[in-house]
Order: sequence, then structure tokens, then C-alpha cells
Amino acid sequence: MTQTARGTGSDLGVGAGVPRPDGLLKVTGEFAYSSDLYLADMLWGATLRSPHPSAWIRAVDVGPALAMPGVHAVLTHEDVPGERFYGLEHKDQPVLAIDQVRYQGEPVAIVAADHPETARRAADAIVVTYEPREAVTDPRRALFDPGCPKVGPEGNLVRHQPVRVGTVPPTAEVVVTGEYEVGMQDQAFLGPESGLAVPAEDGGVELFVATQWLHVDQDQIAPCLGLPKDKVRLALAGVGGAFGAREDLSMQVHACMLALRTGRPVKFVYGREESFFGHVHRHPARMRYEHGATREGRLVYVKAEIVLDGGAYRSSSPAVVGNAASLGVGPYEVDNIHIDAYGAYTNNPPCGAMRGFGAVQACYAYESQMDRLAEACGLDPVEIRVRNAVSQGSRMATGQVIDSPAPLAGMLRELAAMPLPGSSCSPDLRALPGGVAQTTHGEGVRRGVGYGVGIKNICFSEGFDDYSTARVRVELLGDEPHILVHTAAAEVGQGLVTVQAQIARTELAELADLGAARVTVAPADTSVGSAGSSSASRQSYVTGGAVRAACVAVRERLAALRAEHPGLGPAELLRAHGPVEETREYRHRPTHPMDPLTGQGDSHVQLALCVHRAVVDVDVDLGLVKVVELAAVQDVGKILNPPALEGQIHGGSAQGLGLALMEEIQVRDGRVLNPSFTDYLIPTILDMPPMRLSILENPDPAAPYGLRGAGEPPTLSSTPAIAAAVRAASGLALPRVPIRPQDIALAPAAPAR
Amino acid sequence: MRESWDSRERIAGRAGRVTGQANTSGDAAAPPPVGADLRISVNGAWHALTVDTRESLLDTLRDRLGLTGAKKGCDHGQCGACTVLIDGRRVLSCLTLTVSLDDESVTTVEGLGLPGAPHPLQRAFVEHDALQCGFCTPGQICSAVGVLAEAAEGRPSLVTHRDRAHPGGSAEPVITGALPLDEEEIRERMSGNLCRCGAYPGILAAIAEAARAGEGAR
Ligand code: FES
Ligand code: FES
Repeated sequence: MTQTARGTGSDLGVGAGVPRPDGLLKVTGEFAYSSDLYLADMLWGATLRSPHPSAWIRAVDVGPALAMPGVHAVLTHEDVPGERFYGLEHKDQPVLAIDQVRYQGEPVAIVAADHPETARRAADAIVVTYEPREAVTDPRRALFDPGCPKVGPEGNLVRHQPVRVGTVPPTAEVVVTGEYEVGMQDQAFLGPESGLAVPAEDGGVELFVATQWLHVDQDQIAPCLGLPKDKVRLALAGVGGAFGAREDLSMQVHACMLALRTGRPVKFVYGREESFFGHVHRHPARMRYEHGATREGRLVYVKAEIVLDGGAYRSSSPAVVGNAASLGVGPYEVDNIHIDAYGAYTNNPPCGAMRGFGAVQACYAYESQMDRLAEACGLDPVEIRVRNAVSQGSRMATGQVIDSPAPLAGMLRELAAMPLPGSSCSPDLRALPGGVAQTTHGEGVRRGVGYGVGIKNICFSEGFDDYSTARVRVELLGDEPHILVHTAAAEVGQGLVTVQAQIARTELAELADLGAARVTVAPADTSVGSAGSSSASRQSYVTGGAVRAACVAVRERLAALRAEHPGLGPAELLRAHGPVEETREYRHRPTHPMDPLTGQGDSHVQLALCVHRAVVDVDVDLGLVKVVELAAVQDVGKILNPPALEGQIHGGSAQGLGLALMEEIQVRDGRVLNPSFTDYLIPTILDMPPMRLSILENPDPAAPYGLRGAGEPPTLSSTPAIAAAVRAASGLALPRVPIRPQDIALAPAAPAR
Repeated sequence: MRESWDSRERIAGRAGRVTGQANTSGDAAAPPPVGADLRISVNGAWHALTVDTRESLLDTLRDRLGLTGAKKGCDHGQCGACTVLIDGRRVLSCLTLTVSLDDESVTTVEGLGLPGAPHPLQRAFVEHDALQCGFCTPGQICSAVGVLAEAAEGRPSLVTHRDRAHPGGSAEPVITGALPLDEEEIRERMSGNLCRCGAYPGILAAIAEAARAGEGAR
């Protein structure tokens, strides 16, 4: 059941449930994903990757690979035409390994051949002589043991961000402590890394690729190729999901290098196993928390140490640390705060952006603490949260004042008042945890209910110059007025193309003749200015703002023309004058860095809240969990497209469920044990429970249409809600996610029943 | 025996240009490909093909016939993105060897409907916004077509109630006429098709609607 406050707007404008324009192409198989691209004379690329998490490379012999028929090029770091390092924030990652490897799966050499299997075999035929060395795999040791080998260029610290507020007293009436752990989650998008590089006549290259941010790819690729940026042109190919994993480069430079070397188009498509090594993951976290409160459950202080394992390269770890620190106490009012958040270099797989980056990990820990505190104070989990909830005007841990509606207490009350699903004491085995695979008659099944609250920063924070660009053109096509919207923003499934067209229809509605079919969103490419990344829930805000600004500019030009030529209709006006085109950049209000010693500063542009209630059945004997229902209340400021928005909340909740119960890249001694969908489990339709949603529209006056970014917040709060429900059912402490069957069934102290 | 997997190169009529680094001496390690001739109908059109005996149906469809609707999400039978229909039954094309399909009829998502004339399930997926990135969608839709057909034929699933699946306590499941597709049946039968975007509520609604309308089982 879904209760949605429908927004206002014309039938096809902002607020309407417009179907996605690419929907019919996608359901009929006509939509071209990056892995579907094909050119008759293209070659296939393959990558040789390190089997070791840490080793010196003593020799590389590409001869056996070159000797294979059908092989056209075999390249190593020596063949990189330009700069040999790249990176999102800091260029610390080699295009191809130089004399050493720092994680298992690091690319060492690349091959182009006339068949994908030939390319793979040729990669296997390259002889690399490694001298394995000690792998640093414990992030705490990496950070705090001075004798630990250095993985990063200047040591093992990526970033340390303290937060200091007030004076933390030595104790309080009620004190709860906990150590929590979050496993390494994978974005596991279904469409693996892929793209096609085509050499261009001007000596440059065109790259068709599935990515989240075309321009930052271009910024990183061009220097590595030794080419000016205008010779490296990118176009977005169909994206099979992203969730953060396409923020960093994967095959981009490799495909371009091989295309430039061979003079032929080169296509890369990673296999599923390779994909687990081909992108960054969600940072695993180890967190120590101490909460002090009054007997009535009012927070007095929070102390926390958050250690995030960034793996071998920097990627977006600094931003992840910033989020964990600035949002480390959650949406609660606390006068005294002492947080230290660290990012570490290790020889584990590199970690970076994934939906909710940094905020997800902290949220699991602080919400687990709130439940412990509720128990210690004899309060209901909803009540303890309500007593400490932020609202508009509250001060965050960074000192930033929440200056738009944040009705957390009301959201929690609404959530708690939603009806609960019926009990499971049906004799039907199919309803039990484990479903038809159940081997008992449900004797050990217990029900539990849990709550989770999350707060996520929307858009890029900490002073980043965050903007988007839109070009809007109104012209006559076939004698009818037509609107073309062009941005470089990546549609990754979230429905951004739908929203761009909706905004154009709303802003240019007064062009009376404009009908549904006459708005086109042009394919994204680098021939228009940057739109920034499809991450941090930012595109509706920033690219939405840019499209609106460009539409308003077009509207004003048209109004001026009309004033000059009174009596002419839109079509006649365009016929007389020709096309009207405007390009606008849109920036959200500036943010500021966090103080390096105190963490203070208005570092975020917008904050978004989501609350979840989870109802689970747990078989405490078998350790099986069934999520019976998820309910959520989220304030999105303004609903742009109801079904697309609900899809974001469903999807975010599903990924949070995965983190709570199923998903973990298991790494032992720096090696990944489960790079497949047989062993890395993501929720199926059987795991996804029915959802009850309430979506609120309390506008943020600073944002276009009052909207609040919506994609990430549900990923935060679903995980702790499910964990809390499993704890309630089992009576176990369960300080780690994902909660595995053995954590329940083989728990050291069996719960009293 | 023929060389088979380079057929596209021949079609393209272009020998691979050899770069300065390459060398064309033989590769002793790779086993020689074995080709087989067969006839296969794909979306109603018959093709005479010579295929490598190791070639999967998914690779034949995507790389040889240019039908990229079926997706390669894993190539190992784990995700369902490659689901197609063979004589109306759903199969994972990544786990099906093309050489085993002589004289068989394959339907891919492209054969179900076109953007201008979509299949009822394709329409229902759009109407219920049962997709985000859409990468799983061709597999979901082919799978759903198979599900509707299975139910119409009365084929029980693991969650079909015992009284329906095993009338009179029979040991083997028995087909006893069309089965209703409730949510539980749809979830169970669709559980082999992963959707990482989590569009499951829409997928469920789309299939339930098609089942109610009695459409889409072909
Ligand atoms: S590609 Fe066949 S099941 Fe995943
Ligand atoms: S819609 Fe993206 S995987 Fe299903």
C-alpha cells in the first residue's frame, strides 16, 4: 500500500506521474546499454589483473600474448601516453601497475584482440613475475601502528576528521557503549562496466561509456592519453545501474589507449567476477560509540571513533570520512560531541562511493546506540528518538543550523502509528523465514519490530564548486514548436530524463502549442558543460535547477520577441526569428569546509531525513530472517514524479535490506572470496517485503521547487531498522551487519526464551 | 569443421589490421574450435548457422545475430538477465549451448513486441514503472511471459499449495488446469531474476495485472 501526497502540476509537468521516456525502449530490448555497442571492425579488450593484494612486480613478459593469432596489442604502464596516474580527488592510482601492485585485481596489462575469448586468453598468457610482500589488511593497524608498512604515498592516513563540540563530561546518568562493524558492500549493478572507444580522425578518441559523470571522466582520461580535453569526447551509453560504482574510472583509459594504439574501435565488457574487482566498494567500517544521557533519555554527549577502510587508493574516501564525521551523531540534538573519523589506506580492495557514502555506516552505529539507550532508560525506541530529534533551527554536530523543515518527531510518530502487518502464526510453512526451504514447523520463529532514522547530506559538500549546465533550445521542427533539453547529466535509472522533460514542460507551459511529444532530452555528452555527478542524490536539485534556469531564460527571450511582434503565435514567432537557445549554469548555495580540528562549518547544502520501521520474523534456531514488511516516511520537499520517487525509496530500502542481512564482499588477507552472485547475495523479489510509504512535501525554500534529494536517505535508515527488528526478535546484541545466520543460530549466549 | 567464431569479421570483410607489436604465429595452447551447422528460429525468422559447439545461446543472439535485448549480467546462471523463451518455456540463454537448439524456436524480448506495439507485459512494466536502469527488464519480461504460461498450463511451483499440486496426496506434482497467480506465486516464480535497482514492487504489480487480465502468456 502506498500513500502518496500527489504534487500539483500539469499533466506532464513537475509533479505528474509521467512515464519514463526511455521505458518503451527498455522493455522492448531496443535501448542500447554500453555492453550492447557494436562496430563491425571493433576489437575486444581484456585486462590482466594482479592475483596478489601486495607485491613487487619484478618482470612482465608480454611476448606469449603478442604471439597469439588475433591479438593486436598488449600494453603495460610503459605504453601510457601521458600521465600515468589518475584519481577522483587525488591522482594516486596508476592506469596500469608500475613496479608494484597494491590490491588483488589491480590492472597490470591490457590486451586488444579480435575476439573476447582470444583477448582473455592472451591476457592470461602474459607472464608476470611477482614478489609478494606483506599485505596491510587491518585498517586500525594501518592507522595506529607506527611499524605498519605504508600503502599510501605519504602513509596510511587518508583523512582524519575530528568533530569537537562542547566539553564531553566524564560520565552521565546513563551511559551506553558499543563497538559496531559494517561489512564491505558492493553496488552490484546488473550491467557490468563496459564501453567502446573509437579513434577519431583528428587524432583524438570518442568514448561511449556507462558512467556517472562524463566530465570528470574526461578530466581524468585526457591527461593520461596526453591529449587535450577537446580531443577526448565522451557520450553516455546506456547505464545498467550505478549506485556509486561508476564514479571512478574502470575501463575508460584502457579502451582509449588500445583504440589509439591499434587505430580500431575497442570494446571492453567486464564479466561479473571481474566487475567485483573493477570498481570501488562501500567502505567497511569499525566504529566505537559511547552515548551519555540523562535518566529521561536526553542525550548529554556522544563520543565516537569511526574507522573506514579505504583500501589501496584514495578514490572518494575523503568525502566519505567527511560524511561519517559530520553526520556521526545522526539527526539528534547533542551539546557535547567528540568524534574522530578516519579513512585508512590498506591493501584491501579500494572503496569509494556507494549510495549514502559514509552516512550509511555511521547511521547503523548511532541507531544501534539509540536502541541501547532506549533500553537502558526504559524507553520505547520511538520515544527516545522523538525526545532527541532535530527540527528546523537545530544545530548539527558541525554547528550548521538546519534552516529548512526537518519534522523528524512527527515523521516518527506517523511511522509508529502505521498499522502493523498480521502475525505469522499461520500453519503455512511458506510464510516462514527460509520459505519452502524451512526444515522446521516454525517452533523457533519470533517476531521483531525495529526503527531506524537517517539523515543524509544532499549534493556535494565541504566547499566543492558544485554545479550543472543545461542548454535549452526552442525551434520549429516539422512546423511545430519543439523543445530540446541538453545536459551532460547521466541517466542511470533514476529517471532524470523524465524529470528534465517535466521541468521543461512546466517552465515553458505558456507556449500553448507545446504537447507531450514535443520535448526531447538529448543524449548526454561532453559537447555541453558539466552536469556534475549522478551521485549524492544531487541531479534533480542541480541539473533540475539548471534546466529550469535555461528554460526561464528561453521564456524571457520569447516574451521579449512577443513584445516586439505582438499578434504572432509561438510557431509564427519561431518561424520569423529562428530557434531560441539559452545555456545556463546552476549552482546551489556555497558550502564551506569543515574545520580540520573541530569539524565546525556549514559544510552541507541540504539535509534529508528518512525513517523506517521493519517487521521481521526470525527463526532463532536456524538463524533465518524474513523481513515481513518495511514502512517508511520520507520528506522530499516536493515530489517531482511520484512513481520514480517511490522507485527510489523501494530501491534504496532494498539495498539497505541487503546490507542488513545478505550482502558482504568477504575479504581474507586482502583476497576477495566471493566475487559472484552465487556467493555475494543481493535481495531477490522473495526477499523484498511489501512496503508502506508516506511521502511528505515540506519544501526547502533554497532548492528548485522546494525539492530535497531522495535517492540515498532510504538506504540509510532501512539497515538499522532491520537490525533492530532482528535484535528485538532474537534478544541478541548483533553489533555487525550483515547479520549472518550463524550470528543468530550460533550466538555464544543463546537468548532466553 | 569450420572456423566459426570469426564470422563477424568475415561479414565485415576486413582482415584484422596487425599492429607493430603483433605477431601471427600459431597458438598451441588453445583447442581448435569445433563448428556445427544448425537451423534455429529466432523471433519467427529461421537462421542457418555454423556455431562453435561451445557457444552459448546468449552469445549467439548478442554477438552473431545482433539481438542485444537479452543481457549478460553474469554469464553464469545467477541473475536471470539473459532469460529468453524456447518454445514458450523460459531458459537462461547463458547456460544454453546453441548447438543443442537445432530446429528449435527462440523468442527474445525483441520478438515479444515493439516500442510501437508492445506486448501486454511490456506495457504493464511501463505503466507500473517496473524498472529503473532497465538492465534486468528484458529478462524479467521473458521470465514473466513464461510464468504466465506455466500458470495457465497448471504447472505448480514450490509454493503452490499441496492440495493443488498434489491432489489426493500424489507424490509427484500433477497438472490440474490453470493455477491462479497470487503474489506469493509470482514472487516465487520470479525469484531467479535479480533486479538491483529494487523495482520489485512495480514488477510484482505489472505481472499481477497481466495475470488478472489474462494476458501475456505467450
Ligand atoms: S547472464 Fe544468464 S543468468 Fe546472468
Ligand atoms: S531495473 Fe536496474 S536492475 Fe532491474
